Amino acid sequence: MSTEARKPPPQIALKIRRILGGKAGWNGVAVQFAFAAILGWIGYEIVSNARANLENQHIAAGFGFLRNNAGFDVNQTLISYTGSDTFLRVFVVGLLNTLVVSVVGIVFATVIGFIVALCRLSPNWLLSRVGEIYVEVIRNLPLLFQILFWYLAVLAALPNPRQSISLFGIAFISNRGLVIPSPIGQSGLAPFLAVLALGIVASLALRVYARRALFQRGQVIRIWPSVLALLFGLPLATMLVFGLPFTFELPQLRGFNFAGGSRIIPEFVALTVALATYTAAFIAEIVRAGILSVHKGQMEAGSSLGLSRGATLRLIVVPQAMRVIVPPLTNQYLNLTKNSSLAVAIGYPDLVSVFAGTSLSQTGQAIEIIAMTMGVYLLISLLTSAIMSVYGWRVSRSLGA
Amino acid sequence: MSDVISSSFVRQDLLAERPAPVKTTGFIGLMRTRLFNSPTNILLTIVGALLLWFTIVPSVKFLLVDAVWSGKDRTACLAENAGFAVGACWPYIQAKLPQLIYGFYPEAERWRVNLTLLLAVVLLLPLLIPRLPAKSLNAGLFFVAFPVVAFFLLHGGGIKGFGLSWTAGLLQLFDESIVGAGQALITSGRTSAVGPLLWALGSLIVLLGTLIHWLIFPLTWLRDYLQGTGQPVWADFAVTAAIVCLIAFALGGGVRTGGRALASSIATFIGIAIVIRLMDLDHGGLPIVTTNLWGGLLVTLVVSVTGIVTSLPIGIALALGRRSTIPLIRIFSIAFIEFWRGVPLITVLFFATYMLPLFLPGNFTVDGLVRALIGIALFTGAYQAENVRGGLAAIPRGQSEAAAALGLSWWKTTSLIVLPQGLRHVIPNLVNSFISLFKDTSLVSIVALFDLLGSLRASFADPKWSTPSTAFTGFAFAGIIYFLFCFGMSRYSLFVEHRLNAHRRN
Repeated sequence: MSTEARKPPPQIALKIRRILGGKAGWNGVAVQFAFAAILGWIGYEIVSNARANLENQHIAAGFGFLRNNAGFDVNQTLISYTGSDTFLRVFVVGLLNTLVVSVVGIVFATVIGFIVALCRLSPNWLLSRVGEIYVEVIRNLPLLFQILFWYLAVLAALPNPRQSISLFGIAFISNRGLVIPSPIGQSGLAPFLAVLALGIVASLALRVYARRALFQRGQVIRIWPSVLALLFGLPLATMLVFGLPFTFELPQLRGFNFAGGSRIIPEFVALTVALATYTAAFIAEIVRAGILSVHKGQMEAGSSLGLSRGATLRLIVVPQAMRVIVPPLTNQYLNLTKNSSLAVAIGYPDLVSVFAGTSLSQTGQAIEIIAMTMGVYLLISLLTSAIMSVYGWRVSRSLGA
Repeated sequence: MSDVISSSFVRQDLLAERPAPVKTTGFIGLMRTRLFNSPTNILLTIVGALLLWFTIVPSVKFLLVDAVWSGKDRTACLAENAGFAVGACWPYIQAKLPQLIYGFYPEAERWRVNLTLLLAVVLLLPLLIPRLPAKSLNAGLFFVAFPVVAFFLLHGGGIKGFGLSWTAGLLQLFDESIVGAGQALITSGRTSAVGPLLWALGSLIVLLGTLIHWLIFPLTWLRDYLQGTGQPVWADFAVTAAIVCLIAFALGGGVRTGGRALASSIATFIGIAIVIRLMDLDHGGLPIVTTNLWGGLLVTLVVSVTGIVTSLPIGIALALGRRSTIPLIRIFSIAFIEFWRGVPLITVLFFATYMLPLFLPGNFTVDGLVRALIGIALFTGAYQAENVRGGLAAIPRGQSEAAAALGLSWWKTTSLIVLPQGLRHVIPNLVNSFISLFKDTSLVSIVALFDLLGSLRASFADPKWSTPSTAFTGFAFAGIIYFLFCFGMSRYSLFVEHRLNAHRRN
């Protein structure tokens, strides 16, 4: 006769207590009630005060203002925009400008940051000192100071368009910004892009195949010649068949300004330079710490296996360092995106500048506009942290396996 | 035996001197081992030297060699008058120095700013040197007493009452708000579908408000009586001191052990009395200097010191809330922290400047500087909370379990065992976040407050000093100030970290 385990008693009261008050029990329930009452009271005060104040100022609450005409111009737009467009379009224009400056800044910051980190790790004494000076000076000056320095001192000191500095006769730097040739699509553009995309997909597939061959059969396949052919040879061949994909329109000096080409406004240049150099100093420290976190024995083991220094770095040190580097690096990318809001100080038309600045002062809808602006940044950072927690989960899973 | 002797060898003459080993120390050794030991390294050294040559030499030339050192206005700093390509224009800094440090603070009152800064330095320095005694007294003076004194010194003005009046006023405000909310519920209950329920709830709240009104009646009566006497501040002060001392005595353990608490609270009140007397706070105090006259380095320091002093308690409260076992408090803390950490400071300052006034009662205006300070305190508080949480997580669980085994309550465990150890761990992080706060204070210039950077930018607009090198000179000066502060603090943080990790070094 088998003795079955008795069912545990239901303990309903205990479960309710646990759900309502957590580990703290009935005390927890009481504290939560008091806390909820206080929060409710503060919320009531805020809502009633805001309603009374808005009534006094004759402002109608709600998002209806987004459909009104903005009536002001924006000096850099990625999508078509005129003064007669709505505030909603202003919001999109500002958001796109923020994203553009963030992406460009992130690319440059990563490149500069890795170079500075390599300098700091270099066995050359002088070069590592130069890297250290860069990091210390940049990190100990406020970002706004640096943005204003580039905008008010360096860019303002540049000559006017007539005496602009020419870069090989194709790009011109002046106090009106940077003028570069603009590409104009020709008939060969569509096949060129299609072949380029095909080449990228094919080389990725080739890489996956080569890695599988290496891990499953131990077979080393040299793929770089075919990748090179796919990425450069194929598009070149299409160009020969279909003609040039695009031609460049060179900027010409006409009167007091440039005609043709596309102009990058000085605000964008100043903001990008300041954001990239500032964040690069932090990225350099992160990369350096990541590489130093890999134990010295790993490098020695690699060289005792007969790998060259480059191969050891590429195959052994960097993959282990990346695990340490990626989370704080993402954090820095997020910081750069948030710091791009300092654009408002020099008038670059980003989200904060055109929406929380100009639109706010025109409509007076403080609550709605600031909530929308904060919401955008909050959404970006929550998304990033969600992606990072998935990444951290995958890393810890691969370490556990 | 004999052939052993015969095969022995005795050297007759001295060995020739071997050449000295290659020197690996000193400057020569450094050059040999780390600068010129391989072709690649020689190339890198040349690149580094070129980088330094093209940055350091022009800077030194601009700041010192080509600089103009004296003059009355812009003409002294123009190349035509000086006769050479002019570098830094130092007379411009000299002329603008008061504006960069004090803003538009009246000249006759600037001694107050100097005195405040002196007080800050005198209180802060002993706090930073680990070897000096009386840290808790020192910290109390710097974090609690100093901000109050600094407010009355910098802003001026006096007080009309003391602790009792303030408490009575606050309680009355709270009571009125509760009654107002209850009445709003009752009126909305007349139209709503769930009317009776709302009506009952509203009546209950109004009843509660009336009850509170009668409970605090003795307090309000006493306040009105004291305001009627000839010396309201001192009468109020005496009553408050008596009440607080008695409470301290009772809580301290009564006749048996309460003497110490009584003595310290009496000493505190004597100190407060001396300050009130010295600064004449009961007769209106010093002349008021409104905050729109403040500027320059003064605002930078006020914002950063207030930020750190107010953000620390907020951060500790949020960190404890995030570790709490009570669900609602934990969820609230997480949401609060993540919200403020997810948005840029500039939107927080916009929030504080444009949105906060809407949330306050219409007759209640908040000064522009105070609004920015509230925004910065909330923002930095969220960051401090994560710092503090890191320190609390570093304390082994055994510590709080041991405290629980001794029968200590949650409050005693936290305040006597977990927090003191946890906060020690996070001092370097706190200093680092103070550095970033110090740098971030430059953002207040965007919401129309003139800090160091804002004053600098304003001074560029002065046509009396507009030369091609004005902007570079101004940035050089402000940059040196910012760098000295931040670099000094980061070195201090390294020093503390080194000291805290003394047991881990080998």
